[in-house]
Amino acid sequence: MLDVSGLGHTYGSGDKAHTAVGEVSFTVEPGELVCIVGPSGCGKSTLLRCVAGLLEPSKGSVSLHGNAVSGVPDDLAVVFQDYSRSLLPWRTVAGNVEFPLRDRGLSKAQRRDRVAEALSWVGLSKAAGKHPWQLSGGMQQRVCIARALAYRPALMLMDEPFASVDAQTRADLEDLVLKVREEADMTVLLVTHDIDESVYLADRVLVLSGSPSTVVETLKVDLPGPRDQITTRGSETFVRLRTEVAQLIRH
Amino acid sequence: MTAISLPQNRVRTVQRWLVFLGALLLWQVLAARAANPYFPPPVQIAGAAGRLWLSPLLGTNVLPSVARLLGAWAVASVLGVVIGLGLGRSRVVADYFEFLFSFLRTLPPPLLVPVFIVAFGIDSRMEIAVILFGVIWPVLLNTMDGARSVDQVKVDTARAFRISRGRWVLGVVLPAASPKIFAGLRVSLSISLILMVISELGGSTSGIGYQLGTAQGQVDLPGMWAWIVLISLLGYVFNRVLLQVEHRLLAWHRGAMGWEQ
Ligand SMILES: Nc1ncnc2c1ncn2[C@@H]1O[C@H](COP(=O)(O)OP(=O)(O)O)[C@@H](O)[C@H]1O
Ligand SMILES: [Mg+2]
Repeated sequence: MLDVSGLGHTYGSGDKAHTAVGEVSFTVEPGELVCIVGPSGCGKSTLLRCVAGLLEPSKGSVSLHGNAVSGVPDDLAVVFQDYSRSLLPWRTVAGNVEFPLRDRGLSKAQRRDRVAEALSWVGLSKAAGKHPWQLSGGMQQRVCIARALAYRPALMLMDEPFASVDAQTRADLEDLVLKVREEADMTVLLVTHDIDESVYLADRVLVLSGSPSTVVETLKVDLPGPRDQITTRGSETFVRLRTEVAQLIRH
Repeated sequence: MTAISLPQNRVRTVQRWLVFLGALLLWQVLAARAANPYFPPPVQIAGAAGRLWLSPLLGTNVLPSVARLLGAWAVASVLGVVIGLGLGRSRVVADYFEFLFSFLRTLPPPLLVPVFIVAFGIDSRMEIAVILFGVIWPVLLNTMDGARSVDQVKVDTARAFRISRGRWVLGVVLPAASPKIFAGLRVSLSISLILMVISELGGSTSGIGYQLGTAQGQVDLPGMWAWIVLISLLGYVFNRVLLQVEHRLLAWHRGAMGWEQ
């Protein structure tokens, strides 16, 4: 479904040129959850911005459903790392989730249904009338996830979505993503610097090298579902995979 | 607001009024004792106010003044916001214009009175033009500033979700800029009042400022003071109303900034 080939990006030019993404190629199949894991500063956000069409890559190409991506494709949603700045503080939770639906030719009733459904998926039905700044960080990130879900994208991009929440919230949000992906039958490309998280969530893990980044290895994660924070993380396969990823990143 | 703070607030309101009334009373006593014709006591001013404000002058001078002031301020505000939003979102254009605008803004607005008297003559068009040109800058520059400072994550979010251009401007840029816009509106409203009085004093045949000038010319000191009191009352009321509107529309901003528990 998503095909990234020979993608590279260099910021600036001349003396100040900085190559953030060296050369990256990979594909994502429909229904897959792919995690890209790499050290901080290796160009993960840059890569994701290129895939989203928010940034024109210096080289290579991205295609979605076989069409070359230039500008933001219309069936793609992004969950940004900086959740609180991504939400509109003057709109309520429901208003934030509804906002992107307004330009999608939906009736008022359809929009209301989608908002209600997405909020119930993330367990925020009761907070619909609150404003984002009345919620905790984890809840705000759930609003961002609900907004992306209500949009019904073919592909959901997530940029370190759980990097700035506490450990318990993080585990809950990871399980939330696994659950809603199941229910909404979505394709997800998630970027993270957390090795355990990538193995826990993914069907496939792409390991990036340090900047300028390239894909060092692609690992298939054959952990059985449904995954569980305690038993999955304790299983032999999990430990073996996380060690393998850690060694790949180290080198 | 909590249930506990409500009675306290009421006590404070009462205290404020007591101080106000006390000051008035003191003024009355001192002015009555001094018996200086230049400083008539409040009771005498109130008498003049009753005589002047409720006379036919209300319809022929007071209300038209207020209408010109509010009309010119509203038009300047709308223009300032529209131009400011447009320029604020295009960096290159904004850089060029900001220099020009900051220069124009430093021009003291009362200087416009003689300029526009030459252009329009002694006419209400002159007054409207003076207010328009005098007060558009704070709104325009503040709107530009607010529009320019929309957070990059919100820009990316809007692009990622393919928010339409109109909804982007009205649903994201305008609300994001609104705290700055309101600051500009308040400044421009108080300048409007000053410009109304100055332009009517210097180049008009009716209006509150003109009546003030007339009372002064006739050495009707209580009358003069009555007009001065009316002008400050208007300023107070306008500011109060605008603050109320701002308080409602920007409740989210106070919440997001953590200014209210
Ligand atoms: N807009 C930019 N201009 C110049 N350099 C940038 C810009 N954005 C990111 N970089 C640089 O590119 C590198 C990769 O950044 P980023 O993609 O954010 O990495 P990651 O998300 O993996 O932490 C970093 O060294 C960063 O400083
Ligand atoms: Mg990043």
